[in-house]
Amino acid sequence: MKTLQILGPGCANCVRLAHNTEAAAKELGMEFTMEKVTDFQAIVRAGVMKTPALVVDGQVKLYGRVPSVEEIKTILA
Amino acid sequence: MAIQISNATDVKDGRQKKTPQESALRSAVLIGAGIVVWWMIYHRLSAVADWFAFTVLHCSPATRLGSAIQFMVFETPKVLMLLLLVVFGVGIVRSFFTPQHTRAILAGTRESVGNMLAALLGVVTPFCSCSAVPLFIGFVTTGVPLGVTFSFLIAAPMINEVALVLLFWLFGWQVAAIYAGTGLLIAMIAGWTIGRLKMERYVEPWVYAAQMGDSADEASRLNWAERIHLGREAVRDIVGKVWPYVIAGIAVGAGIHGYVPQNFMAHIMGKGAWWSVPLAVLIGVPMYSNAAGIIPIVQALLQKGAALGTVLAFMMSVIGLSFPETIILRKVLRPQLIAAFVGVVTVGILIVGYLFNFLM
Repeated sequence: MKTLQILGPGCANCVRLAHNTEAAAKELGMEFTMEKVTDFQAIVRAGVMKTPALVVDGQVKLYGRVPSVEEIKTILA
Repeated sequence: MAIQISNATDVKDGRQKKTPQESALRSAVLIGAGIVVWWMIYHRLSAVADWFAFTVLHCSPATRLGSAIQFMVFETPKVLMLLLLVVFGVGIVRSFFTPQHTRAILAGTRESVGNMLAALLGVVTPFCSCSAVPLFIGFVTTGVPLGVTFSFLIAAPMINEVALVLLFWLFGWQVAAIYAGTGLLIAMIAGWTIGRLKMERYVEPWVYAAQMGDSADEASRLNWAERIHLGREAVRDIVGKVWPYVIAGIAVGAGIHGYVPQNFMAHIMGKGAWWSVPLAVLIGVPMYSNAAGIIPIVQALLQKGAALGTVLAFMMSVIGLSFPETIILRKVLRPQLIAAFVGVVTVGILIVGYLFNFLM
């Protein structure tokens, strides 16, 4: 069971990252929960200065861009 | 165009078995080859456009329709190729800069030098207005002065690669360079002014109390294949987003090119009308668009005889000051500071507009 978090204020890129991440996790057939974090204090606490960011089990895995589903699969696997 | 992209793909697939040095060398060779191919195609566009319009379609260069078609067939691939090259290049340059990097450089500087550095770094650090708030917090809580932070926030959206390519395409490199130069100057001076105004108390109090976490700095770990991948990603994102606007702009230009008389708007937005600059800024500030979106408008204005300073002021105010960004910044800034920010930048843009109309 992995905890996935998408950090970002809800801009177009955040939505795309959430969408691609969900698709990647489903394709891998993994169990996960996904949460969108829009609170700026929480985003800053994670050390992220460029949104959107993908956090897996509390660890910032990438930020500032929207990778393809394939690339996210290699990050999650 | 297709050739360049497929070259980059080869690099990515081929690199797995190579050492980093070999991969870098291979990338350099392929990028070089791509640029040569690009250059060869680019320099034959005019001949191809003439051939298509005048030989294939049997239009005469003397007719309006003929010149409109030639214009369209020539300008569309030309500007798209320019965008492709520059966006790809900037994407690679930006892979060397991250907000963490930039912050580390800026945290140790004095104010005036800091404003200069911040404006320059604003151009090369990847930035989008939706990241303005976390970036602002990240900067001010780690000792980057408020005015220096603003220099960064002003330069980042105003001087972007799409705006520069389009200006180069419309007016040549001199105007693109002047736009970049005056844009940097506005960012430096406006940021410095905000610093002098000592407005730290108008930052929302929770900002300075926020705990900025540590995060890994990705940029230093990237290899060349990954940087090329980021360049291609930038091309896909940016060129993929702006091409419809560019084509709309060219269509407007082509239409006017053939049909509407020149200097149609000269008396409204030409040099003679002193109020044209403030009017352009007044219309431009609340307008929000990416650089490409206003190109149809800019095309139409210029072709009809609007003055260059007026048009530059319009363009700067649309892309440099955006309404959504100020709304987002309201989360960290009190209205007084937002007003100072918008006010100082607006004055800077007005000065640039007048200066251009006066000089040219």
